[in-house]
Amino acid sequence: MGEEKEETLKFTCIVCPIGCELIVKKVGAKIIDIKGYKCPKGKEYAIQEVTNPQRILMTVVKVKGGSLPTVSVKTAKPIPKAKLLEAVKYLSKLELKPPIKIGDVIVDDIVGTGVPIVATRNVNGE
Amino acid sequence: MKKIYADVLVLGAGAAGLAAAAKAKEFGAEHVVLLDEKEELGGVLPQCIHPGFGLHYYREDLTGPEFAFRLYEKVRNLGVEVHNQAYAIELIPRKYDEKIVRASSPEGLLDIHAKTVIFATGARERQRHEIGIIGYRPIGVYTAGQAQTMMDLYGMMPGKEIVIVGSGDVGLIMARRFALQGAHVKAVIEILPYPGGLTRNIQQCLIDFGIPLYLSHKVISVNGTKRVEGVIVGKVDEKLNTIPGSEFEIKCDTLIVSAGLLPRVELLMRAGAFMDPATKSAVVNEYLETTIPGVFLAGNALVINDLVDYAAEQGEAAATSAIKFIQEGGFPSCVQKSVVKGRNVRLIVPQLITGENDVFFYGRVSQPEEDVYLKVPEVGMKLRMLRVKPPEMLRFKIRKKQFENLEEDKITISVEPRSEG
Repeated sequence: MGEEKEETLKFTCIVCPIGCELIVKKVGAKIIDIKGYKCPKGKEYAIQEVTNPQRILMTVVKVKGGSLPTVSVKTAKPIPKAKLLEAVKYLSKLELKPPIKIGDVIVDDIVGTGVPIVATRNVNGE
Repeated sequence: MKKIYADVLVLGAGAAGLAAAAKAKEFGAEHVVLLDEKEELGGVLPQCIHPGFGLHYYREDLTGPEFAFRLYEKVRNLGVEVHNQAYAIELIPRKYDEKIVRASSPEGLLDIHAKTVIFATGARERQRHEIGIIGYRPIGVYTAGQAQTMMDLYGMMPGKEIVIVGSGDVGLIMARRFALQGAHVKAVIEILPYPGGLTRNIQQCLIDFGIPLYLSHKVISVNGTKRVEGVIVGKVDEKLNTIPGSEFEIKCDTLIVSAGLLPRVELLMRAGAFMDPATKSAVVNEYLETTIPGVFLAGNALVINDLVDYAAEQGEAAATSAIKFIQEGGFPSCVQKSVVKGRNVRLIVPQLITGENDVFFYGRVSQPEEDVYLKVPEVGMKLRMLRVKPPEMLRFKIRKKQFENLEEDKITISVEPRSEG
């Protein structure tokens, strides 16, 4: 078995506005040390970020005949970072009809991630 | 002219104003009137579609519209009298317990006779001319907030090739929004040697999308006569002057100006409230009361906040004070002590204290520093802080008990290196 090199990754935690500076040491895929987090969520985030980085996606979807021409939406959970642009592209092609309520599911499973897209704003009929 | 009476009149239905109106009603004020210039309530929240709101206030991670909706539902269920599309044009302090706010509204002119007034009027964005960007005035120059309104309320793209000036949180958030919608964000330009926004926003809005950040650079001028064709950028020295010969052009079709916010308190200024040049708003005591008795401030109108949670918290505090003012006929006319800005403190709120209450302070440093003490020697307070940065607000509490032995007529708040004691 070949010697794998130790690698140090530094990045900012995005879980809350404090923005802790995280330092993760890993050898190959194996994490050997995590420093800099101030809460359990930060530690969880550090692991997630070096193994499978994920983000919550927010955008707007067109609405026809509503009190506003768009409804704001987000992914119910973070989705893989690599899927963000594909998800936005898909959503930019949709056109919805009012009424839409906060929490309404707009798409059941966005681009095969298994995560639904939900509305974050109410849009009534005109 | 229509006459309205109010115990508590709240101006502005953003986070601070909605929280203030709800709190005033919950505390038993009979006539709570809420005035807002827009059709939809919530201030800027409905267009802030990103998460990160409410982690303190609701202990949940919400988007702006969701945060606004929760507050708005509360205000509606409590029976606050709401006047939207109404614009306050004058504040007339008439008597100790009577202020008249004149407003223009769809019902005509309104004269609101209020025992107390809470200014939760928010802030406006600084414009291109206020940061000295010269050149033509083509289509394609927008403030970050205008771009956000276009994209996230009306679904329109302001452009395809974007340069953003200013690395405050609003600018960073918009950089990500543009990148997500498929625009090419070519640069974020920051005149100071450090970023203006929260570190996590540098990570998730710029690094995530590979957007370059130019620190110690400024946008000098705009090229293009009909539509923006590019911007001239230069490097600046420590005095923020352009270094000759450092200029270069970045081609773009859109320039987004995100150059900070200014409290909207013109009515207070005209009515004679004492102003603080550091906060660019009115001076307040710990009740968040201005020098006009019974007139309070909250949210970004009081001090530009990092977090919506603080704005809502200040709205509630102002409402609590307003109720106390009504019930007790004002505050005891005790001597107010001044809060003095010491080393590396750029602004602090409140600027006056009585020493008779617990006080929450909000402040900002002038320079980033590491390993420091936040000191208030007059009350023997010394807080260790690992780092301070101008974009991150200082927020701390001094308890009533700590003021007991305060003999001076002032307290001094300073940030000092730990090595010096």
